[in-house]
Formats: sequence, C-alpha cells, structure tokens
Amino acid sequence: MKTLATIQRVMAVAGGLLLATGCGPGGGGGGNATGGANTPAGGGEIIVGEYASLTGKEATFGVSSHNGTQLAIDELNAAGGVLGKRFKLLTEDDQSKAGESATVVNKLIAREGAVAILGEVASSRSLEAAPICQQAGIPMISPSSTNPKVTETGDCVFRVCFIDPFQGTVMANFALKTLKAKRVAIFTDVKSDYSKGLAKFFKEGFLKGGGEIVSELDFNGGDKDFKGQLTTIKAANPEAVFLPGYYTDAALICIQAKQLGLNVPLFGGDGWESDQLLKIGQEAVEGNYFSTHYSPEAGSENGKRFVAAYQKAYKGELPDAMAALGYDSAMILADAIRRAGGTDPAKLKGALAATKDFDAVTGKITINPQRDATKSAVILQVKEGKFKYVETINP
Amino acid sequence: MNHQTGAKRYLVLAILLSAGVSTFSHIFNRYYLGVAIDVGINIVLAVSLNLINGHTGQFSLGHAGFMAVGGYAAAVTSIQLSPWVPPALLPLVFLGSLLLGGLAAAATGLAVGVPSLRLRGDYLAIVSLGFGEIIRVVLQNMESVGGASGLKGIPKYTTLGWTFALAAITVYAIACLVNSTYGRGFIAVHDDEVAASAMGINPTRYKVTAFVVGAFFAGVAGGLYAHHKQFLSPTGFDFMKSIDIVVMVILGGMGRTAGVIAAAILLTLLPEVLRGFADIRMILYALLIIGLMMARPQGLFTLGRSRPGTT
Amino acid sequence: MSQIEQQLINGLALGAIYALIAIGYTMVYGVLRFINFAHSDVLMLGAFAAYFLAPLSERVFGPQSITGAICVVVASSALCAGIGMLIELLAYRPLRNRPKLAVLITAIGVSLLIEYTCQHKAVFKAETKPFPRLFPSQDFRFGGLAISSNDIVVLLVTVVLLGILWFVVQRTRIGTAMRAVSFNHQAAALMGININRVISFTFGLGSALAAVAGILYAMKAPGIEPLMGVQPGLRAFIAAVVGGIGNLPGAAIGGVLLGALETFAGGIPGISNYRDGIAFAILILILLFKPAGLLGRVQTEKV
Repeated sequence: MKTLATIQRVMAVAGGLLLATGCGPGGGGGGNATGGANTPAGGGEIIVGEYASLTGKEATFGVSSHNGTQLAIDELNAAGGVLGKRFKLLTEDDQSKAGESATVVNKLIAREGAVAILGEVASSRSLEAAPICQQAGIPMISPSSTNPKVTETGDCVFRVCFIDPFQGTVMANFALKTLKAKRVAIFTDVKSDYSKGLAKFFKEGFLKGGGEIVSELDFNGGDKDFKGQLTTIKAANPEAVFLPGYYTDAALICIQAKQLGLNVPLFGGDGWESDQLLKIGQEAVEGNYFSTHYSPEAGSENGKRFVAAYQKAYKGELPDAMAALGYDSAMILADAIRRAGGTDPAKLKGALAATKDFDAVTGKITINPQRDATKSAVILQVKEGKFKYVETINP
Repeated sequence: MNHQTGAKRYLVLAILLSAGVSTFSHIFNRYYLGVAIDVGINIVLAVSLNLINGHTGQFSLGHAGFMAVGGYAAAVTSIQLSPWVPPALLPLVFLGSLLLGGLAAAATGLAVGVPSLRLRGDYLAIVSLGFGEIIRVVLQNMESVGGASGLKGIPKYTTLGWTFALAAITVYAIACLVNSTYGRGFIAVHDDEVAASAMGINPTRYKVTAFVVGAFFAGVAGGLYAHHKQFLSPTGFDFMKSIDIVVMVILGGMGRTAGVIAAAILLTLLPEVLRGFADIRMILYALLIIGLMMARPQGLFTLGRSRPGTT
Repeated sequence: MSQIEQQLINGLALGAIYALIAIGYTMVYGVLRFINFAHSDVLMLGAFAAYFLAPLSERVFGPQSITGAICVVVASSALCAGIGMLIELLAYRPLRNRPKLAVLITAIGVSLLIEYTCQHKAVFKAETKPFPRLFPSQDFRFGGLAISSNDIVVLLVTVVLLGILWFVVQRTRIGTAMRAVSFNHQAAALMGININRVISFTFGLGSALAAVAGILYAMKAPGIEPLMGVQPGLRAFIAAVVGGIGNLPGAAIGGVLLGALETFAGGIPGISNYRDGIAFAILILILLFKPAGLLGRVQTEKV
C-alpha cells in the first residue's frame, strides 16, 4: 500500500505548488503583447483583450479577424488613442479548440486586466467565453459570431455583425425574387453552427415564400470530397443550391459541382467572402452569389479607405469579411470608450448599447436592444474573377 | 490492513485540504483558479484512463467520448433540475448530476467494452476511437442538447474543492480496486492474458470492468468540466482530446498512478506557462513532448521504482 | 440508376487516395509495429512541396505541361522520402528498443511539431492556399455519368504505384529484406540484413507514397493548408487497420472500401449528417466479425 501513500503525497505537493503559483503576484512571463509600437508604459493605456483562433482548424478565419482588429488598434494609436490614452491589444490564441477560449478569456480579464474583450469568429467559442465576460462584468464584442444565442448570454455581450435569422431570410427572398428559383437544394456544414443556423432560417423563409426544398444534405467542415452529396443533389434536379458555409469549403464544392455537371447557381452567406474563394475556385465559382456585409464597390468612403489601408498593412492581401468585422469591433469599442468618457465597465456597456448609426467599414451599425447589430446586407456575384455588387437589402 | 487505513487517512486529509482551500478560493485570481480546476479534471481523466490503458494493458483511444457522454448527461440534469430546487440543495443537484453523468458514461463503457473484447492492441484502439467519434457525431446532430452550436447555460457549480476532492476519490478508488485481491487480476491480464486465464482469471470480465470503471470516472470528469466551463460543444471531444489524455498516461509511465498524476499536472500547466512565448508556444510544447520521451522513455515519473512486466 | 454508378466512381477516386496513404501506415507498422502519426503530415508536406515547385516547373516546361507535372511529383516525393527518413533517424531510431508506446507518443509529438511549425506565420501560415493546376483537366460525360480527368489520373497513378510497390516488396532484394524484418527483427539481423537501412528505406518509400497521395488529394481539392493531412490521415489509418494492419493488399482494399462507404453515406439524405460516424460504425462491425481486419491473420498467442 505504499503506492497510495506516495500518490497522496504527490497530490498534496502538486496542490501546494499550484496554489503557490496562484498566489504569486503577477506570475511569470508577461502576456502576448502584440499592441502597436511605442505604447507608453504605465497607467496611460487601455488594455483590450482579444481571443482568436490563430492556429488550428479555423485559423484562416481567426487570423483574418485578428489582422483586422490589429489594424484598427494601430490606426487608433497612430491617431493618438482615445481620451489621451493609447490602446494595448493583448491577443491570446485559443487554437480553435473547445475549452481554450474560457481559459484564455479568464486570463485576459483576471490576470491582464483587460477592460473589454474582442472575439470570436466561431459562435461556439464566443458562447464559451460569453458567460465569463458576463460574470466578470466586462463587455465582450464578437466581430462575426452570427448565432442568435451568443448575445442572449447577458447584457455584457455585443456583436457587430447581423444574425442568422436576418441573413437566412435575405437569401430566401433573394432566391425567390432575384434567382426566381422555386426548387432549391440545401447543402449544410453540420459541424458549423453558423452554417446550420443559416440553413434553418433560409429554409423557413423559403418555404414561407412558396419555394420547395428538393434535397437537404450535409458535409463536415474541412471535408475535401463532396461528390457523394453533390451526386444526390444533382439527381434531385434543383434550380439553385444554397450553400451556407465558409469559403474554404465553398470553393471546393463549386469545383466538384462543376466536375459533376451540376450547372445551376450556388449561393451562400458572408462566410464566402474572401479573395481565396476566387483564387481556389477560379472559373468554377463564376456566376455564383452570396450575401455579405458590405461591398467596396457600393460601399462608403470609409470602406474603400479600409481596403486600401489593409492592403498596405498586409502585403497586398485583400481583406475578407472577417477582417472587416474584426476592424469594426475594435472601432466600435473605441467609439464607445470615447462616449463613455473612460473604461468603467457599466458606463462602457451603456455606451456600447447606445451605439447608433456608427459609420463602420461594413456599413452603418446600430446596436439593437438584443445587443445585435442592425445593418444592411449586400448581395454580390462572382463575375470575371471579381465580386460584383448586385443589390442592397435593408433590415 | 494497516496500510489501507493509512491510505484512508491520506484520503480524508486530501479531501479536508481541498475543502479548506475551496473556502478561501475566492481570493485567488480567477485565471489561476480555472487552470487549477483544469488540472484536477485532467487528473481524474488521466487516472481513469490509466486503469484501462495502464493497469489492464488495453489501448483505448475513446476516453473523450466517455467524457462527452458524462458531461452532457450531467449538464442536462443540472440545467433541468436547478430551477426547481432551493439554493441550499444545489450541491446535491451537482453531486447527483455528476453521479448520473458517471453512470451514463459507464453504460457507454459497457457498450464499448463488451463488443471490443475480441480485439487487441491497435484494433481495440481503432474501435474505441470509432466509438468516440460516433458519440461526437451523434451529439453534433442532437438538437435537444444544442447540436453543433453547443450546450449553453450550464450552472457554474464546479469549485476547486469539489474537483480535488473528486480527484482524490478517483485516485483512491482506482488504487484500491487495483491493489485489492480482486484487482490483481487487472495486472495479470496486462502482463499475460493467456497465463492469467490459465490461473482461473477471466480476462473478459476484467477488461469490461476496467472499461466500465474507467468510463465512469471519465464521465464524472466530464460533469466537472461541464460545470466548470459552463458550455459544451461536440468539437471539444474529438479524438485529439483522447490523444491528449493518452499522452498523459504514457508520459507518466503506464500503470504508475503517481507518475500519471504528475504528468497530468505537467501537461496542463505546460501550455499555460508557454503562453508567454506566443506563436511558438505549441512548437515548444511539441518539442518538449519529444524531448521528454527521448529522455525518459519508460515514463517521466517512475520515482526510481520499477515493476516487472510494465514495459 | 446512373446515380449508383456515379457514386461508385466517386468512391473509387476517393478510396484510391486513402489506399495510397494507408499503405504508408501499414508498411511502417509492418517493420516497426507502431503507428506513425506523422505520416499524415508528410502528406501535407508533399502537397506544399508541389505548391512551391510548380511555379519553377512552369518556368522550365511551360504552363500545365505533363512533363512538368511528372517532374514536380517526382521531386516532391523524393523530398518527402528524405523527410520521412530524417524523421525516423532523429525521432524514432533513438527509441528503437524502447517500449512501443514511447515511440507512439514521440510520433504524436513529431506530428504536432510539423503541424504547428507549418502554421507559424514565418513558414506556410495557417491560411488555405490555392493549389496550382499541374496539368490541364477535363470533365468527360458518358451518358449521365461524369468523370473528371483528375479522377482517372488518381486511379491510374494508384494502380501503377501499387504495381511498382508489389514488385519492390516481392521481387527485389530490399523488398525481401523488408519482409524478413517485418517477420522477425532478430532473425533478420542474424541473417546479415542491415536493419537500419531497411527501416530507413521503408520510411522513405512510405513517405514518397504519402507525398504522391498528398498531391493527388490537393488536385482533387485545390485548397491546401497545414492541417490538410489530418482528416485523410485518420481515414487511411482506419483503412489500414480494417484491411489488417501490416498487410499491403489489405490496406489498399481497406482504403477503397472506406472511400466508397463515405461516398455512399454522404449521398443519402438524412444520413449524410452522420457521415463521419457511419464509416466508423460499419468499420467497427467489420472488425467485430474479422478481429484482425479483412486480410490480417489472427495470431494465436503462444504460451
């Protein structure tokens, strides 16, 4: 029975060690400071925490979103910050893993003293961090989590994008009115709550408008072979295919659909918006449609300026929707801090909730009583290897 | 017998200590507190997997699946019951939900264990991995528990005290089981199945027992996790999560409980300590795993003792 | 009706790639008795090697030339063969006489190391990159059936490589040595076989196949990223076990079977959302009835 005694001893020592590290003031190495250069030390800083999927399965989106946020913070600091204080952006990587966002957001709030939290793209990770921000009373702004449940967590959780019910309905009306399609197939990413949410609200809107869903099939985000599903979809003979999902999958699906001779328009949501859709899909994505937040073509001066600034900062890369929303989340936060006259959480929450007609790069944003952004959507079409503006739909 | 009571004394001490620490836990930084709870949960997971993979010598890659079943069962129970129960009884609801989660996971363990008996080594690994993935896929499609978007609104019941008390109980229960006369059979099955059955030990029964008990505690860990993170999503229980736990068991030295506990602590704290290294953090983590395995291929914390036949 | 035939073609084209990857797993298992988790990352490196070599070949041979494509594939596989041998030399050889599980964890470590290094912003970055077209592709129609030239290439390449592999393993000296080592390390060493050389060769061969599989996979789905190998790697691992791990034809059959299963499961409404699970469920069933895989031999334990 000596083993048992040893075990208990090991555990006691380990527990003690843990507590010791826990009590230590400040602990070891500092956070992952990626803030703009020359941030003055001391109390003259506003510490903003950001959590993003910088590595792992959904890193593509996390990195874009982070790039947008970083650009916003750099621009704000270059202009002298807000209320005479500069921003310090602390970014933590959640590795696209469940469980990690809770830990890193706890760290950002409890150890680094962040006054506000920005993140995440994926709704499931925003949902994990939301209760932590809520319990700590620290406002959180999600740039691009569209699941309605995210902001239901409490009055600390905001977002700067529209939500699934709005976008789903927009696409249903678009299919019925613009595409004049009566028979539509839906191809959903079952791993993604975003895709499932859009599909659900699209279906409701489309059926209400008198359309018919001829086939409903699913894939798993990250799959590379979709021919099994596409063969069945083709056999159902739809007039168009609704494909809510991210561009990485959408581009491959468009290619394989063309290979199988499925020559009807495919259309999706804001997850499609990326230069990569064009680069990967090439001629296979031609003629397809998607809804998104803004179009540089029809957009405001602010939107055009953002695209130029982003390209300058990131070696000519074009910003995708995630980058634009990441940028907006930081800008709306800065605006709210300015109006609140400081970073007092209660005042900051009030100021965020009172955001009205903010001129963001993704359009005019008003925060509604559910703490979601009310804003218009635009529909774009891929034409000659470029995104062409089709129409704007107001909420 | 004397040693047995000695061990019990340590158990009581550990639980009292956890309870004591818990009453003061509000003064600790929430981040450190959260990480400490993660450590406790990982101890439960690693020690329970150690029963299957270490002591009994099976190779299960489905521990995350058991954890998922336990976590979801516990979360649903406490979400449903909490509004109806007076606040004073909430700890009972929590305990009950953990127990239910454990039982649900144990039932799954039985379902996996029984058909897998004919399989060995890598074949068992693939089947347990397959079951784990099937559990994930089913959860992903169950809209009643949130489907792909996950289950939210789980009450925050897990505290440091609960976690470490349960970790101590897990360690104690599994150590007692393995060290009992009955439990010597696990090690016999591990060392030589044929010889064991020649000695009148029924390997099948031991394997199933290991799966059921291991799954039970994994389910309890799932329940703790659910009430700690307050949110569950199916993607958190993919096969990489199982691999994480397997790494703890192997790095700790299969079948050596103290080593496995130490590995669980190390592998939970290491990524947190490495956060300061930002974007090369996980590269360092991978290098450290390789380095540790090169330096101590028998397992990290064998404390200089060796048990014959545990290679 | 043509739908079933179409699915068969789709499944075969996917399964062929799984088969190529599965063979790598099974060969390493044959000689070293452990699962080389880093195999799926070598596959990814193969695709990235081609990604960087393609512009080079374009400059020499002109755009989308067959000769250029062959050069790119050969160069990438040679590169990956080197990487595979290097991994074995640095990470696995020092642990040769250690517990197999220690090697397994090291393999997981190597896999994580490659994945996270490649995701770093100074290496490949995490984002998806468009894979270049190596040669002109065309879609053929036979009545209601659609076959892409890529699918034909995949099948042809797989069959040719399997043939070459069979020849190497069965008819050459090194192949005979491989079989000897897989049968019994010590006896093979006593017969004067250089074990290290044989194992190194096996890793090289397996990694070269993985590189080819990676390129074929990238041609099928031309978006590549550092984690692209994980999913097909897992599938191929299952295929290898189902076929009977250590058994070459078994791995090929397992791969094709898995590809076909996935494709059919994906095409059925109401089941496609369980696609990941269904493949596993059927494989578990197979293993329950054939506990050592389809072509594996059940080894009775000697007392």
